Amino acid sequence: MSDAAAAGNGGYNFGYLDEQTKRMIRRAILKAVAIPGYQVPFASREMPLPYGWGTGGIQVTASIIGQGDTLKVIDQGADDTTNAVSIRHFFERTTGVATTEQTGAASIIQTRHRIPETPLRENQIIVYQVPIPEPLRWIEPREAETRKMHALAEYGPMYVRLYEDIAQFGQVTTAYDYPVVVNGRYLMRPSPIPKFDNPKMNLNPALQLFGAGREKRIYAVPPYTSVKSLDFVDHPFTIERWDQRCAICGSGDSFLDEVITDDQGGRMFVCSDTAYCRERGTTKAAE
Amino acid sequence: MYVAVKGGENAIAAAHRLLAEARRGDPAVPELTLAQIDGQLGLAVDRVMSEGSLYDRELAALAIKQARGDLIEAIFLLRAYRTTLPRLAVSVPIETERASLKRRISATFKDLPGGQILGPTFDYTHRLLDFALAAEGQSVTADPPSATVETGPMPRVSTLLGKEGLIEPNAAETVEPGDLTRDPLAFPASRAVRLQNLARADEGFLLSLGYSTQRGYGRNHPFAGEIRIGDVEIEIVPPELGFPVAIGEITVTECEMVNQFKGSATTPPQFTRGYGLAFGEGERKAMAMALVDRALRAEELGEEVTAPAQDQEFVLYHSDNVEASGFTQHLKLPHYVDFQAELNLIRHMRAEWGQPQTEAAE
Repeated sequence: MSDAAAAGNGGYNFGYLDEQTKRMIRRAILKAVAIPGYQVPFASREMPLPYGWGTGGIQVTASIIGQGDTLKVIDQGADDTTNAVSIRHFFERTTGVATTEQTGAASIIQTRHRIPETPLRENQIIVYQVPIPEPLRWIEPREAETRKMHALAEYGPMYVRLYEDIAQFGQVTTAYDYPVVVNGRYLMRPSPIPKFDNPKMNLNPALQLFGAGREKRIYAVPPYTSVKSLDFVDHPFTIERWDQRCAICGSGDSFLDEVITDDQGGRMFVCSDTAYCRERGTTKAAE
Repeated sequence: MYVAVKGGENAIAAAHRLLAEARRGDPAVPELTLAQIDGQLGLAVDRVMSEGSLYDRELAALAIKQARGDLIEAIFLLRAYRTTLPRLAVSVPIETERASLKRRISATFKDLPGGQILGPTFDYTHRLLDFALAAEGQSVTADPPSATVETGPMPRVSTLLGKEGLIEPNAAETVEPGDLTRDPLAFPASRAVRLQNLARADEGFLLSLGYSTQRGYGRNHPFAGEIRIGDVEIEIVPPELGFPVAIGEITVTECEMVNQFKGSATTPPQFTRGYGLAFGEGERKAMAMALVDRALRAEELGEEVTAPAQDQEFVLYHSDNVEASGFTQHLKLPHYVDFQAELNLIRHMRAEWGQPQTEAAE
């Protein structure tokens, strides 16, 4: 058995990945930033966490994180969901960097399924965990074919799908992972964030990086880049609204999780972004 | 009440303590040693090394112990360790013709140079539970036959067929074989990359796919030309020396399938090849791999691609059990936000359902 194995965590490099691997990933990130929305293939590594649990995001974060960074990790908008806790622990263990729950205090935010409610600023990086990077995948299962479609900007079939939804149901029936066009060129999957979060991606001052470990793709939206959710002139893109406000902080403009409180149909609505909810204070709205 | 729906750090820590306890089992029963796992569950070690793509019996035994005997979990542990290792050299191709063999069979010829050697096989055993094994402390049968046999040269069956031109020659690989742990898959994938993928692939997946070709989904008329299990030397050529130096020995299982081929306008009728290789003793895996390798050559051989086993993207993208296990089980992760978005949508659609359609239908 080698020394590294015997030495436990001490045998691993800062951020787990070796420096050559980090360099390879950073090159992929640079290419991704240079071609907004384009999926760059990269030699994804096996990570000590399972595929589908954030290995792409973890590899991106591990490649860009430095001693001076402050890391925030969220899942479903919350810092204390099990997988967010686990990933935060992983970086505490392998890098020792400071972690935070405050969106404003973080330099890197790794996320699954949400964009924080607090607006991001310049010099922040948000790293999305991506399960399926290919926006055309449910239309065309073959990678060789979808890469061709991107090269030719052949996005008609996606519009046809949206049109069929509208013809059949009167609306587009995609509630999350709603397709967007980046910088007027590449069709992109925003990862399974609710479409509620899509407008936050547009002209965002922060750098947005997307990592798909199992599918071995990295893509990016540079700061202040246009991100447009697909729609039609007579059927403009809309986001969901709630009749209720957050039962804890009273917010009327955040994404709300529904919590079932009993078996009599009782339920309450609370902010999915727990840090935002806490920062607003726990005073229950009077209205 | 609100906290209850989110996981907590304490819950994770407690779960891991429970896992450690469950792994150890009854403390009154002696703990398994790595040597016991290696020695007495050797085929499990072989499978973990193969699909973990790291030849280290001790680490594989450790992974099996840590994973409570869950082999796919053990494979995952070994892969996550392997990925951190530096790549120091590329070996010279192994030469199984020079292997010291413990098993060699051919289903195509009754006898052949070097003979047939059964070796330690489950074949021809009656699968009756041996209750004598349940009683501990029994010694093994007296004087087992010697494990390796000296039989003189053992040319490959494919070489013998090749002399008559009855089987396609092995295509000379002029380019450096790819490495899918360093470069992501791209399609169409070269045969070398496909074989690397299949060597790391889940045995069960390959078994089912190989089986499907036998049942008509991409039938390729296979014969087990030859199966060899033996020890081969690993050699590297250090640049400063310029000649090969042996750095160790590994056990491998190799299967060469001989498959029917009717010929084409440019090629006379001849047999074609399917190839399988596994670390340790992995005959089922090597045979299944050879069937799937041959199936994936359909396009190259001008056959119609109609079955899943012939479809490169289908096979290569879904063969890795570390990827498949992770993504299947990620469904356990919370999906509150997506589900909430779907809930909102379905409530909205239900509210509109049955009401007269207006502009949408126009």
